Amino acid sequence: MSTATALSWFARHELRLAWREWLAMMTGGRRRRTRVAIIGLIVFAALMHLPAWAVIGRYATLEAPLDKTSLIVITSTVFLAWALMLSQAIESVTRVFYARADLDLIMSSPTRLANVFSIRIASIALTVTFMALVLSTPFVDVLVISGGARWLAAFGVVTAVGLSAAACAIAITVLLFRLIGPARTRLMAQILAAVIGAGFVIALQVAAILSYGTLSRFAVLTSDATAAFAPDADSLLWWPARAILGDSQALLLLLAASLAVLGVVMLIFSPRFADTAISASAFASSRRHGKDTAFRGGSRQQALRRKEFLLLGRDPWLLSQTLMQLLYLVPPALFLWRSFSDSSTAIVLITPVIVMAAGQLAGGLAWLTISGEDAADLVATAPLMPSSITRAKIEVVLIAIGVIFAPLVAALALLAPAQAAATAVGVVIAASSATAIQLWFRVQAKRSQFRRRQTSSRLATFAEAFSSIGWAATSALVLALPLAAAISALMTLTILAATWKLSPTRE
Amino acid sequence: MSGETSALRLTGLTKRFDRLAVDALDLTVHAGEFYALVGPNGAGKTTTLRMVAGLLKPDAGSVNIFGIDALSDPVAAKQVMAWVSDEPMIYDKLTPLEYLEFVAGLWGIEPATSQPAAEGLLASLGLEPHRNERCEGFSKGMRQKVALAGALIHDPRLIILDEPLTGLDAVSARHVKGLLGDRVRAGCTVIMTTHILEVAERMADRIGVIAAGRLVAEGTLTELRQQNGHHDTSLEDLFIALVDVKREAA
Repeated sequence: MSTATALSWFARHELRLAWREWLAMMTGGRRRRTRVAIIGLIVFAALMHLPAWAVIGRYATLEAPLDKTSLIVITSTVFLAWALMLSQAIESVTRVFYARADLDLIMSSPTRLANVFSIRIASIALTVTFMALVLSTPFVDVLVISGGARWLAAFGVVTAVGLSAAACAIAITVLLFRLIGPARTRLMAQILAAVIGAGFVIALQVAAILSYGTLSRFAVLTSDATAAFAPDADSLLWWPARAILGDSQALLLLLAASLAVLGVVMLIFSPRFADTAISASAFASSRRHGKDTAFRGGSRQQALRRKEFLLLGRDPWLLSQTLMQLLYLVPPALFLWRSFSDSSTAIVLITPVIVMAAGQLAGGLAWLTISGEDAADLVATAPLMPSSITRAKIEVVLIAIGVIFAPLVAALALLAPAQAAATAVGVVIAASSATAIQLWFRVQAKRSQFRRRQTSSRLATFAEAFSSIGWAATSALVLALPLAAAISALMTLTILAATWKLSPTRE
Repeated sequence: MSGETSALRLTGLTKRFDRLAVDALDLTVHAGEFYALVGPNGAGKTTTLRMVAGLLKPDAGSVNIFGIDALSDPVAAKQVMAWVSDEPMIYDKLTPLEYLEFVAGLWGIEPATSQPAAEGLLASLGLEPHRNERCEGFSKGMRQKVALAGALIHDPRLIILDEPLTGLDAVSARHVKGLLGDRVRAGCTVIMTTHILEVAERMADRIGVIAAGRLVAEGTLTELRQQNGHHDTSLEDLFIALVDVKREAA
């Protein structure tokens, strides 16, 4: 087999693996569900056109030349998309490094590793770009339907953004390996992915709070001050915005630049990709040391709780997820701090953010403690009633949520005691609901499968999200509009009841 | 309960999945005995032991452990029993010492008792140099030894092992066999499934041969030979003969 044939064969192999992984993600690993997943995806895509219409529909009539404010808003949106894709790509690259699956086979094969890993890099870039294209389709559709075919150029911009984000992600991750070694890279890359993904939005919100006393990030983007700082309309900075509006020259330049960046990254980093992968797999079999501590006494439930807290503290995925949730809490916390000086009524916005974050975080924690039990047989053969085991695990989730959110609620209590009480109740109910959903849909899984938890049951994932949103809305409305809060609570309870009814029957 | 001489008594134990996995099985293992359960793949060995350990609910029958009805009082039965599966049940992010502390806590063992026991087990299984290393980098054999230490930390009266020697090197396998032998000599009962018939032949006081969910032969090696009229044959030949007879009957 010639080198070119071998490489094209490997490219097909990579694409087939990527496709099957994506299909497994959509179907939760059940082959019989493919048709249901496709129908679900089509329905979801169709439904996504509604929020897309609400968000972007009004911009469909925009024509070049644009004023500075429009250029700033469009460019910032493109940058936000780029940051999110970069975050996603960093996670993908890290996963490739640490998953040994086929590395031994590839590295023991008589092929030139630099070529093989070039294809793997390209495959990562294509996967990231494909996902970006899928997610952006409803938005671009809305623009095309309302504003004409010129908006199709937006797909080109999304492609350029995806390719360049993947290239940067590979460069960042390999450099992290070189700088801090494989032991710290996994955690650092996950933290970086979380910070990059949330960072831009949060930075805009923080700027908006500090400058304008509002949580709206558009306040900064549409301000005169930003327009005054922005470069002139003919600057290179606005080329992505111009490309979206159908400027073919700008679009071609953008695509060429992103392909060039990806090419350079493949050229520089493909030979090092193999070394990095070897270092990562060597790290997987290396040892991390702890220290001797005296055994602690206590009840059997205490032993379970101690183990859960220890494992939660050592879970890198959870750490990055929690960090992301906490990052999203920075703006409301800052807003809260600002509100001490001026008694803004807008402080009511903090409640739904806190309640929503508590619900989402509790869902992740509950999955890890309840479903993600690596030694399920050991715990099941221990001399404890199953109800005691479940209770201990639920306590861990609620204690962790309490520790994270109590300081925020306490700070809120100093400013608005009634709202703090409503927030505290909301946090408890949202966390309990998310935990209950995880209990109803519990599956036996390894903790390392945490990333895939959302694919094991779509119903549980949606129920968890809607429950958190519902309780967040209820908590926000309870003081100002009690009747609306009652309706919202009733709707959320109905969602929970329906979810329970549809949950798998347990022995 | 104190006068009970059987460590395990199964009566009419039945479990059906898509097909009948365990078929009205009657089995008695005496206290202080090393009992090996052998049989071809899919014979129902693991299903039987998982029902004994409380990991599966039987469709019919009873499980009696040292006089305790394990189906009506599972907590009391689990207190005196340990289960070791072929897939080591350990946590990657814990060190062996942390793991043993957790298991001892689950069985309600006081630290004053469990800590010295843990130190002794780690030393006897050759895990002492790795006591404070997280298990994520351990080989299959090391993980199996950590799981075995976890099973022994609460000093169970009955140890159930499902293919415990899978993945162990010769030295580790000898360590494990020695440890199990010591436990039996100290009065503990061991029930083990294995595909390594030589181990059953050398270590077991009695051997049960299971096929298609039923016990087709049981006894010491000599008794099995006598029952089947093969006086100088090895357990392997005997096993093949017994299983073939069962297949032909089916």
